[in-house]
Amino acid sequence: MAWFARHELRLAWRDWHAMMTAGGRTRARTLAIVVVALAVFMHVVAYSMVAHFAGVGLDPDKTTLVVVTGSALLSWSLMLSQAMESVTRAFYTRSDLDLLLSSPIASAKAFAVRIAAIAVSVMSMAALLAAPFINVLAAFGGARWLMAYIAVAAMAAAAVALAAVLTTALFQMIGPKRTRLVAQIVAAVIGAGFVIGLQLAAIVSHGTLSRLAVLASEPIVAIAPDTSSIVWWPARALLGNVVAIAGMLGAGILLLGASIAIVAPRFADCAIAAAGAVPTATRQRRSDSGFRSASPNAMLRRKEWTLLRRDPWLVSQTLMQLLYLLPPAFLLWRGFGGEGASQILLVPVLVMAAGQLAGGLAWLAISGEDAPELVATAPMTSGTILRAKVEAVMGSILLVFTPFIVALALVSPFCALVAGLGIAISAASATEIQLCFRAQAKRSQFRRRQTSSRVATFAEAFVSIAWAATAALAATGTPLAAMPGVVAVGILASAHLFNPQKA
Amino acid sequence: MSMSGPDSPPALEVLGLRKSFERPAVDNLDLTVRAGEFYTLLGPNGAGKTTTLRMVVGLLRPDAGSISVFGTDGLNDPVAAKQIMAWVSDEPMIYDKLTPFEYLEFVGGLWGIDAGVAQARARDLIEWLSLKPHAHQRCEGFSKGMRQKVALAGALVHEPKLIVLDEPFTGLDAGSARQVKTVLREHVQAGRTVIMTTHILEVAERMADRIGVIAGGRLIAQGTLDDLRRQAGNPVGDGSSSLEDTFLALVAEEAGTAEGAAAAEGAAAA
Repeated sequence: MAWFARHELRLAWRDWHAMMTAGGRTRARTLAIVVVALAVFMHVVAYSMVAHFAGVGLDPDKTTLVVVTGSALLSWSLMLSQAMESVTRAFYTRSDLDLLLSSPIASAKAFAVRIAAIAVSVMSMAALLAAPFINVLAAFGGARWLMAYIAVAAMAAAAVALAAVLTTALFQMIGPKRTRLVAQIVAAVIGAGFVIGLQLAAIVSHGTLSRLAVLASEPIVAIAPDTSSIVWWPARALLGNVVAIAGMLGAGILLLGASIAIVAPRFADCAIAAAGAVPTATRQRRSDSGFRSASPNAMLRRKEWTLLRRDPWLVSQTLMQLLYLLPPAFLLWRGFGGEGASQILLVPVLVMAAGQLAGGLAWLAISGEDAPELVATAPMTSGTILRAKVEAVMGSILLVFTPFIVALALVSPFCALVAGLGIAISAASATEIQLCFRAQAKRSQFRRRQTSSRVATFAEAFVSIAWAATAALAATGTPLAAMPGVVAVGILASAHLFNPQKA
Repeated sequence: MSMSGPDSPPALEVLGLRKSFERPAVDNLDLTVRAGEFYTLLGPNGAGKTTTLRMVVGLLRPDAGSISVFGTDGLNDPVAAKQIMAWVSDEPMIYDKLTPFEYLEFVGGLWGIDAGVAQARARDLIEWLSLKPHAHQRCEGFSKGMRQKVALAGALVHEPKLIVLDEPFTGLDAGSARQVKTVLREHVQAGRTVIMTTHILEVAERMADRIGVIAGGRLIAQGTLDDLRRQAGNPVGDGSSSLEDTFLALVAEEAGTAEGAAAAEGAAAA
């Protein structure tokens, strides 16, 4: 099966290359420059975050072990989320499954290789993300920190093992029709759940959104097991303890091997079931008793909302970002009746979430139009069509964020005013960026929209952050709020400058 | 039945149309389609048929030339031109999460048709195209043929004076193809105009009032089947050649090389 492993790795490499180059014909030199620049930037970020931990020895105190373990669990939950995504995609990617399943090779062997390839892919991605932090620690604390790469690989192997078993179990329990949606929601919730859980705990115990505050808090350290416990092996492995690393690596390989042995023989059945589950007929209740009169603009808006409402997968992907609003909502609820500055913390979170949500919705409405030729040949100007779509996006933002603003207004009318303005500006900015970088795509490609334009992705993220900072500072009443606002305007101006629509 | 009179403008008049991508796709093309006729465009792959039609319906901006739809300047007043046109592509683009009925309601709304009128037409179209059992099911599980019929119903629900179709029979089974042909024929009998590209020469032979042949981005021949036979130097009347022979002869003559003839044969085979 070596040839099949080579084939899988080649596909994985091309997938990664397409992700880095957004599918364009970027030259190797340009790609290398971008990768080096990104690597330098990430190392600077890592230096500011972890350089002062480089001196931590091989026998740290309990607080350090708790913090490292908590951070490792956070990373592992993200690896698990990514692995579940990959395994689910493997079930439903039919382009080569038909070929594989109709070929004379043993499907169990083929899928064993495919799961192993997923493991290699997740390991590589985890190692890449961890690399700046490990390298900085190694540079300032010694070569032993490089052993953390092995620990990261072992964690990724364990994540893939669990993901493969979990996804197959979902298939067995709820069937192929629901597995795709549920697995992707579970993956996203796992990815976000740990962060949200820590934030909720931090709010309860400290009244802040800081995750580290709760990890390093006395009650947590007090109830944590003794430093000699096996629970700390992952943390010790990450700190460079050779015995712990050997144990982690052994456990990771064992788990992955067992998972492959269990899942690979069932993989073919699941894939066949998934292929047979796609075409379904969903009957709508509405009778044909009446077409509703509406202007073309209203029709377009209604269509956008209907399509979004009827696609639970898209709803889950789009609104997943709202999960991150749970902790601030909880903070708001706790702030009721009390004084303090906790409301101010909410403002940037709401503004940031609005920008991100608007970006996703705008992509769906503008780039993810499934019948672009129908709309383009309708007797409307392109400006009218775009205006209707922008109205659909802003209407959705209004619907989602109004309850938060109303609740905030009851606690602090000024903060509510600032948040409301910030939400409107942030959402409009993200939508404007999507307008600048619009490129026709299918709605089903929503999750991979970031790969279509790196510039758009970064511009959307940075402009949301800049407006969130502006709103946060404005809520405190400082004129310094103008500074991040200027940055946001600069980002928008740059987006217009690089606007491919002008070309 | 034709709505055209001696003074009525042509359904479509294209003059000096040019469009280049990496090489010229449409090269100084002149084309006139009379009101009320069924006009079919033939040509080898890459001849410029689809590019021409996409410029006509406003999906592509020409590099040069003019497009007039029933006397309306399609380039300077595209909204007015689109109001009386409809476009059906070879790959039906509909919304998976809408039912056919909802799709027709949406299209009627986009074209500003009165809701009551659109609803009555939608009912008729759904009946004619045998979509009634699926009228309230979401389109996500539909076959290619059903999707094509929904797209066609969408194109007809606002009763366009000119309907432009690109390979509408690709992937349709015999039954669906017959239904689509019947609906298009009735559309023309009602005095409206149809322009269609196809690789299925039998469809062009049976349905078209006039046939245009495009090669290398230019209209190389046009007329009734007998006109084309004459232009190709083939016999007319008893023992006349098939459209396939005529088409191959015209394209080969235009290409003027063995390579061109081979390409045309390949296109005809496709």
